[in-house]
Amino acid sequence: MKISIVHLIRIIRHGWKNIWLHKLRSFLTVLGIVFGVASVIAMLAIGEGASYEARKMIESLGSNNIIIRSVKIPSDSKSSQASFLGVYGLTDRDLRKIETIPSVVRTIPAWEMEEDVWYHEKKITAKVIGTLPEYQEALNLSIKTGRFFNYNDLQKNLPSAVIGSTVRTSLFPTEDPVGKTIKIKSTYFTIIGIAGEKVFAGASESFVAEDMNIAVYVPVSTTRDFFGQYEVKRGTGGIMSWERNWVQYHRFVVQVSDTEKILVTSSLISDILSQTHKKQDYQIMVPLELLRQAEKTKKIFNIVLGSIAAISLIVGGIGIMNIMLAIVTERTREIGIRRAVGARKRDIINQFLTEAVILSASGGFIGIIVGILIPKAVTRFAGMTTLVTPLSIIISFTISVAVGIGFGLYPARKAAGLDPIQALRYE
Amino acid sequence: MDQNNNIITFENITKVYHLGGVDIAVLRGVSCEIKKGENVAIMGPSGSGKTTMLNIIGCLDRATSGRYFLENRDISKLEDDALSEIRSKKIGFIFQSYNLIPQLNVLENIEMPLFYQQVDEKKTREKAIELARIVGLEDRIKHRPSELSGGQQQRVAIARALMNDPVLILADEPTGNLDSVSGREIMTLLCELNEKGTTLIIVTHDAGIAKYAKKTLTMLDGKILNEN
Ligand SMILES: Nc1ncnc2c1ncn2[C@@H]1O[C@H](COP(=O)(O)OP(=O)(O)OP(=O)(O)O)[C@@H](O)[C@H]1O
Ligand SMILES: [Mg+2]
Repeated sequence: MKISIVHLIRIIRHGWKNIWLHKLRSFLTVLGIVFGVASVIAMLAIGEGASYEARKMIESLGSNNIIIRSVKIPSDSKSSQASFLGVYGLTDRDLRKIETIPSVVRTIPAWEMEEDVWYHEKKITAKVIGTLPEYQEALNLSIKTGRFFNYNDLQKNLPSAVIGSTVRTSLFPTEDPVGKTIKIKSTYFTIIGIAGEKVFAGASESFVAEDMNIAVYVPVSTTRDFFGQYEVKRGTGGIMSWERNWVQYHRFVVQVSDTEKILVTSSLISDILSQTHKKQDYQIMVPLELLRQAEKTKKIFNIVLGSIAAISLIVGGIGIMNIMLAIVTERTREIGIRRAVGARKRDIINQFLTEAVILSASGGFIGIIVGILIPKAVTRFAGMTTLVTPLSIIISFTISVAVGIGFGLYPARKAAGLDPIQALRYE
Repeated sequence: MDQNNNIITFENITKVYHLGGVDIAVLRGVSCEIKKGENVAIMGPSGSGKTTMLNIIGCLDRATSGRYFLENRDISKLEDDALSEIRSKKIGFIFQSYNLIPQLNVLENIEMPLFYQQVDEKKTREKAIELARIVGLEDRIKHRPSELSGGQQQRVAIARALMNDPVLILADEPTGNLDSVSGREIMTLLCELNEKGTTLIIVTHDAGIAKYAKKTLTMLDGKILNEN
């Protein structure tokens, strides 16, 4: 006799009743599965989040780009007096040298400074980036309204500005910003465009991740004209100590002709820069390499957590097997009775296997909930991006059901194999 | 084998248990015939093999040798599943110790035999309620066995045994744990069923109980001593 769906549902209902009768015992039994499943989901979510973040980063930095940043070397002596002038970073000479490398298509310099940006009484501290029109294309910046500045703006030194989406929402919550003027230091810039929102991956520990939405892009020529080339920062030595630095460019975006040539190019750049720079006052960053590193980290992470998950699932399965064996012994007489009223061996197997699977599947269910909450907490407290995929939920639930079947089969067969008469006599 | 009116035919049935290298012959060549609709009591001293014989009749156990015909069908060589099917369709068991499932309520206990026949849930429920009424427990259907007296529990067991409309009811000392009043009630109930045509076989120590039967088989040392 085949088992109909209706009958299967009845078997499941009866099984559920028996499980529910011993809530605490059942709950303790499935804890192993809960941890196993939760770690599977959390693992996949964290790994997924890391590679999502890396992909996003690549997207925002350009996979064919090499980024070079000027890095301030901490001043060694006690020379940081009131008017110390530090010179560091990338220069026009570096730029020209880099552009001689055949695989380099273009090198786009950028000058950057944290400044207060004003619109009437509203203010936001944004990163003001002075650069070339090609910057937009090189970094995949989209323009939502208006336009990016062009060579006309650049040559005429027009104070045009393109603002990031966060700058827009905080300075112009209701108005259309295009055509309005914002004040940076003492200069008024006219807004000509708004950049589209960049999904920000938010890896706080990673030096490359910056919120590109809090940026104001201006022609590089205007920064020289209006801001000069010194950056003045309040020093660490107290209220009266100011620090002045001379930096020509804060950043180069080097576009490479071919993905294959990125590594070679970056080592060539490194050679060139090390010849002219006595101190390592720059940092070369290859987004593609970072992606590979992220993938590698993800793999190691998956192996470590994967083994933890596997171990707890096995331990969980053994726990279920153990409790099922106890249940079979405890209900030996019931098995005899059921056999006496006509249950076949198969019916007994179905009954106990169902109970085992209900146990493991409930464990899986709780595990899924915990597994969704853990990545949330990780995101909240560690600032890491996490991504729970539906596939990971399906996989882990399937695993938990499989654990129930795998570890429930032996006790169920043991129950079915009992001699009905012996079972009926069992005290 | 000729067609006849026998529900049970035992031909030289033996049952031997092997215990620690020693063979214990529990049934030593039992032959007997029980007709459809008969009311039979099996008596005999403890250890004479009554329960063993009843279990073989009920297809719960197999004979070591000999042939057993149930409704003229040789079932001595049947597979386990086929025996389950016979128990499911034709036989109702009643035990001395009631053997109800403790975590199920009265109604669920009664319904159990039809569960394995995958009978529709609603029909099953209706029938179980009807049987609970017949055994006088319709106001107790939601109770657990532990909340019932011995006599009430045995009535639940009887209702359960009737659930599959058996042709054969096998009762192993059904009144053994009951006082004489409850015992008489149970016997009245069983005899009523027998009068409606169900074959009834009761194992008992109690001559007073055996008096309800039309025929008594007396066993001694694994053999039938006499029939009357
Ligand atoms: N599984 C078994 N293994 C070994 N011996 C058994 C087994 N089952 C029954 N016996 C033996 O078979 C003999 C008959 O047992 P049975 O239960 O049939 O007796 P009975 O007539 O029903 O006795 P009682 O009136 O005490 O219930 C006994 O000696 C018993 O010890
Ligand atoms: Mg007995």
